Amino acid sequence: MKNILKIDKIEKYYGSKSSLTKAIDNISFEVSEGEFVAIMGASGSGKTTLLNCISTIDKVTSGHIYVDGMDITKLKGNDLNKFRREKLGFIFQDFNLLDTLTAYENIALALSIQNKSYKEIEKSIQDVSVKLNIQDVLAKYPYQMSGGQKQRVASARAIITKPSLVLADEPTGALDSKSAKMLLESFQYLNESLQTTILMVTHDSFSASYASRVIFIKDGKLFHEIRKGNASRKEFFDQIIDVVTLLGGDLNEVL
Amino acid sequence: MKFYKLSFKNIQKCFKDYAIYFFTLILGVAIFYVFNAIDSQTVLLNTQSYVYELIKMMANMLSGVSVFVSVVLGFLIIYASRFLIKRRHKEFGIYMLLGMSKRKISMILFFETLFIGILSLGVGLILGVVLSQFMSILVANMFEADMTNFTFIVSKSAIVKTLIYFGIMYFLVMIFNTISISKCKLIDLLHSEKKSEQVKLKNPILCIFLFLIAVAMLSYAYYCVTIGVKDLYYAYEIFIPIGLGCLATFLIFFSLSGLLLRIFMSMKGLYYRGLNSFTLRQISSKVNTTVFSMTIICLMLFLTICVFSTSLSLKNSLTQNLEELTPVDVSISKRRNFDDTALEDGWSLGQIEDSQKTIPESFHEMNFDYQSYFDDIFEFNVYAFSGITVAETLGDAYNDIVELYPFLQYDSVEEFVSLSDYNRLAKMYGLDEVSLRDNEYAIVADYDQWIAIRNDGLKANTPLVLNGKSYYPNREKCTYGFMDIASNHINVGFFVVPDEALEDAVLYRSLMVANYKGSTDAEKEHIEKIVHDLEDNPYAMSSTLSISTKLTIYAASVGLGAMVTFIGLYLGLIFLISSAAILALKELSESTDNKERFQMLRNLGADEKMINKALFNQILIFFLCPLLLACIHSIFGILFCNYLLESMGTTQLLTSIFTTAGFLIIIYGGYFLITYFCSKNIIKER
Repeated sequence: MKNILKIDKIEKYYGSKSSLTKAIDNISFEVSEGEFVAIMGASGSGKTTLLNCISTIDKVTSGHIYVDGMDITKLKGNDLNKFRREKLGFIFQDFNLLDTLTAYENIALALSIQNKSYKEIEKSIQDVSVKLNIQDVLAKYPYQMSGGQKQRVASARAIITKPSLVLADEPTGALDSKSAKMLLESFQYLNESLQTTILMVTHDSFSASYASRVIFIKDGKLFHEIRKGNASRKEFFDQIIDVVTLLGGDLNEVL
Repeated sequence: MKFYKLSFKNIQKCFKDYAIYFFTLILGVAIFYVFNAIDSQTVLLNTQSYVYELIKMMANMLSGVSVFVSVVLGFLIIYASRFLIKRRHKEFGIYMLLGMSKRKISMILFFETLFIGILSLGVGLILGVVLSQFMSILVANMFEADMTNFTFIVSKSAIVKTLIYFGIMYFLVMIFNTISISKCKLIDLLHSEKKSEQVKLKNPILCIFLFLIAVAMLSYAYYCVTIGVKDLYYAYEIFIPIGLGCLATFLIFFSLSGLLLRIFMSMKGLYYRGLNSFTLRQISSKVNTTVFSMTIICLMLFLTICVFSTSLSLKNSLTQNLEELTPVDVSISKRRNFDDTALEDGWSLGQIEDSQKTIPESFHEMNFDYQSYFDDIFEFNVYAFSGITVAETLGDAYNDIVELYPFLQYDSVEEFVSLSDYNRLAKMYGLDEVSLRDNEYAIVADYDQWIAIRNDGLKANTPLVLNGKSYYPNREKCTYGFMDIASNHINVGFFVVPDEALEDAVLYRSLMVANYKGSTDAEKEHIEKIVHDLEDNPYAMSSTLSISTKLTIYAASVGLGAMVTFIGLYLGLIFLISSAAILALKELSESTDNKERFQMLRNLGADEKMINKALFNQILIFFLCPLLLACIHSIFGILFCNYLLESMGTTQLLTSIFTTAGFLIIIYGGYFLITYFCSKNIIKER
């Protein structure tokens, strides 16, 4: 399988020399095409920093990140925007939909920024809205939708550009358990049927159990990694809980 | 931390975002000072005494206008501060959550207003003092005064006045802030940012309906002030088109905000290109929530444009004809030969008795030896015929003319001058002489509207019967000319007839024109002063004698012109900065919200170029909306003003429109650019 994401010994420091915080301390891993990877860790473990570095919202202190074989730590200015536009799809905890636009227009925006023609845009949105079951809300504004619907619209926006990698930052964080389950099932569907590569940051074991691989981070370092393999979701969930218990600390408290 | 420290920190923090608000306050203070300092500024100018009188009068007018200006500025300041408080609800919510009392929050606001007030007053006054020196140069230039004595002046009275007026305004703002804070609930304060915007698309059919109504109302209002202007008999009727215009402006913004978006949304290829959908939605939601302010801004811009261009052109036309219209230094007119019926018209017995005396006799009564002061003296009589009124002389054209102009005075007596007298006068004035055959008459006039009226009568070859003999027009139109010196073309027409036709005419008034004896300006001014003092002579008070001099006419025209220009400039500038400031504040405060939206666009991968373009378009359209409608209004507004001022000549209108456009581009455009760059700074990636 082709490598979509390769993280090579990255470090990210905050603060001055006198009070140095190592948010990421020498992490390396790879993600192959079609994988659904969850990154778990307690708050403050550096998982969001990691995601920010991959999404080029933040810069690494040292090390390299390759997406599709391209070193994105070297990108600057409009190349960065071009990279985000063409290679990445984002899903945020607080949805990040534009409240002045309808669901349809929010999804369309991702394509119109790439100067796709209106015909293409319309066709793509038809396709993706069926897959994510959001045909009924396309004409609605964000304030008229439920959290689950909003997050599925955000997901549609993230995958409609056919990105190499979809980055999801605590996507279920603001959802109730039913909506969260529906969203995660959508992710699973996208991953299994459409071969979408997903990298999801979460501190919720239930969400993580939908992934095919879970990477654990503690204090900016890689702590452990488990693969689902042929296990059922329930078995995988139990494995995750075991590791979380091992991790200890505050991650237990959030459960 | 002490409150004032907190206040100070707050100001420092938002200084960058609200720089435009400070900037506007400073400009407001400076303009206020400059226009109120005019009289102190000009004390030292080396000029004639009447100029001081004029400047004093102008200063009085300007200080009256200042009250109005301070009301406008007061509204601007209260609007702006209400706006800034709204933006900071969350911050106040946190203070209250931490246990701060409302009274203390009010104190923080009080100190903030105080800091802002002191800062803006200080800087504004310094700027004002500097600018008012240029103002002196402008005033001196207008009155052709000598600048040799010019020194740097600071007007204490204007400073005190500015401090008092703005002090009251800031005080009102403080009260207003306190009230608005005491009304707030903690829950609303904390959640004010969370309230996501509810986008409501208005019913398109209703919008189209309202839009059509608005267009119809506007068309009617436009019609009223241009083509239909002749149907406006009474002054109050002008309020109908004005009211309709205001209402229609509101309806147009109301309906257009819903309609335009619909139209663009249906143009899918355009709508879904780049960030267009985002930009259009932004604008539409903004116009949607600011229909009322948009209307006010549009109307203020409309006033600005009209006031600027009309006052500038009025000033030009007031002074351009003076040279030609005052060919002699002095003209003395005396109503003669009153009969007893004059008593009913309000003349006193003394005046009736005095009307038997000639002008030289009157001068003698006042011990004024006119021959030693006047040169080139020419005295002649003006006659009338009983029963010959304007209505009579219009002949068959009368009925048509009455229909067109029902409110002119058709029963006033026509004046007659003999051919030989007029030609001598014309020679002196440098006007064309008239030649008549035995049975001909001519009408001399220079008032365009009246020339048109009288030409109709002349074209109809209306005969004039004097002492049983008929006279006919010497040509089909009036002869250009006048006999009394005046500041503009106000001669509605008098008749020139062969000398023998006046044999049995009634003496109506006497006229004497002359130049001053003297070769230098000083000598002439000396005589002017003596002539001027004649008006205070007790005899002159009970006489029908009236004296006009070239210098007083000049002074009145220049003074009126200057007054109109300064008031126009004053109001125009204040309106312009107020409306631009409201727009800029609105836009900037929303840029803080937009920061997140633009960051989202970046995450989606939009280029900086795309984002900047979207921001630019958004602000440009927001600024252009009220301006465009205001420009359309102004076309008709200026046409209407033009009609009112028609008699004064309008050749300079184009220049003044260009000057207005220049002002508009510099100030309004300046605000636009500042807004754009500030917004760009706010949404910049951290």
